[in-house]
Amino acid sequence: MSFLALEERFQEGSSLLHRLEARAKLLAAVAFIFAATLTPTGRWEVLGGLAVLLAAGVALGRLSPLLVLRRSALALPFVLAAVPLLFTREGDEVFTIPVLAWRWTATSAGLEAVLTILLKSWLSVSAAVVLTATTPATDLIRALRGLHAPRIIVATVSFMYRYIFVIGEEAQRLMRARECRSACVSGRSGGSIGWRAHVLGNMVGSLFLRSYERAERIYDAMRSRGYDGELRSLSTTSLQRADYAALAVVLGLLAALETYARLSGS
Amino acid sequence: MLDYLEAKAETAVAAAVEVRGLRYSYPGGFPALRGVDLVLAPGEKVALVGPNGAGKSTLLLHLNGILRGGEGEVRIAGLPVKPQSLGRIRALVGLVFQNPDDQLFSPTVVEDVAFGPLHMGLEEPEVRRRSQEALAAVHMQEYGSRMPHRLSLGERKRVSIATVLAMEPAVLALDEPSSGLDPRSRRALIRLLHQLPQAMLVATHDMHLVRDLLPRTVILNAGLVVADGLTSEILRDVRLLEEHGLEAP
Repeated sequence: MSFLALEERFQEGSSLLHRLEARAKLLAAVAFIFAATLTPTGRWEVLGGLAVLLAAGVALGRLSPLLVLRRSALALPFVLAAVPLLFTREGDEVFTIPVLAWRWTATSAGLEAVLTILLKSWLSVSAAVVLTATTPATDLIRALRGLHAPRIIVATVSFMYRYIFVIGEEAQRLMRARECRSACVSGRSGGSIGWRAHVLGNMVGSLFLRSYERAERIYDAMRSRGYDGELRSLSTTSLQRADYAALAVVLGLLAALETYARLSGS
Repeated sequence: MLDYLEAKAETAVAAAVEVRGLRYSYPGGFPALRGVDLVLAPGEKVALVGPNGAGKSTLLLHLNGILRGGEGEVRIAGLPVKPQSLGRIRALVGLVFQNPDDQLFSPTVVEDVAFGPLHMGLEEPEVRRRSQEALAAVHMQEYGSRMPHRLSLGERKRVSIATVLAMEPAVLALDEPSSGLDPRSRRALIRLLHQLPQAMLVATHDMHLVRDLLPRTVILNAGLVVADGLTSEILRDVRLLEEHGLEAP
């Protein structure tokens, strides 16, 4: 049931990165992700520069590199989507695998493209990992609001964050109730796969219905306190000089890297 | 702000809550309220008791116009509950839901407490002052930046009450405020409610809370008021209590 044990992403700390204002960190992380995405294929030294910047972030945030690596593994499954590129790009043959009647040929250009995508997505996810590990989620939501992200998106994120734990616990209680009644007589298994899938389907359905009913009650609670369709919120703290300075340094470095990538382009 | 002061001035003369001939059926036809009359004087604290499904929560949801469309009339501080008055009505009636996870929907405690005053259209310094005062009133001023899911049930119940205190209402409508609380949190809650000056209608099954906090009791059963009187007398009438699925403390 460990997948339901939701953990807080934020790591307590008082490092330089922890103390920066959330908006500055959010902007820097988004800029970093854009820079990684816009880097041309096969420019390893530019991607390496971005990795150095990321490592500096990990060090300044006093984060454990292992923690960042573990969390950034989230990016790996998405790389599968890039694998077909290996065989579809024109170029020098690297290796060939026979698939039924066909022979799939991997090319060096294809390999370069896949590796670039792998690195880019890993760098992007790692930047997000550093951001969420050094900034409390509540501050990130306020930062989105402060940066004038669309209200409906901020509200959706904020409700999701508030209720994901509540719904997670509800799911856990359902699972526990199922386990308590999943006794089995020795020599007999607990029902066919079809039957188990049926039980699971019922559980998911019941979780959905409960969440739906909860949503109605929350809406009533909001209306009871004067909500009339327009969401209002408290203003955010102001950015300090240090926040601007840190943001300027990161943006400057990213701009320099990307300019270099284009000017020295092969 | 002026609206609010006006309404507050009216409280002094008009009944805090006035319900006349209220009938309501849920979509599907189930009659939840079948002609309810109830008057609360300003500052009066009243228990609303009765078996499950008696219509207690339905009645509370009528006080601030979340449910409407049946027959009869509801007035809060003299102001009839109508679509055009809902804004003022909701500033006058602080409705606290039974489950704090429904009541507290913001990522942090202080944002939740500020939600009511912000949506009343108050200026930010005033909103912050009221939020701090409301949190202080429930002894939770240190918890402003905490996340609701990190608080205990007793703490969440107290913050829930702060979310409506910040609106400085004339009437509090509380749905099962003590359910699920351990004895110590329950006593703390009773002490807190005791200090509040507002008129209160408290739907509850907790007869100890009724005895210790609420001088007047209304028994609701099957959508009708079947008894309305001094708590001390009603709690002595064992037959009446048993007839309506209740128990003396």
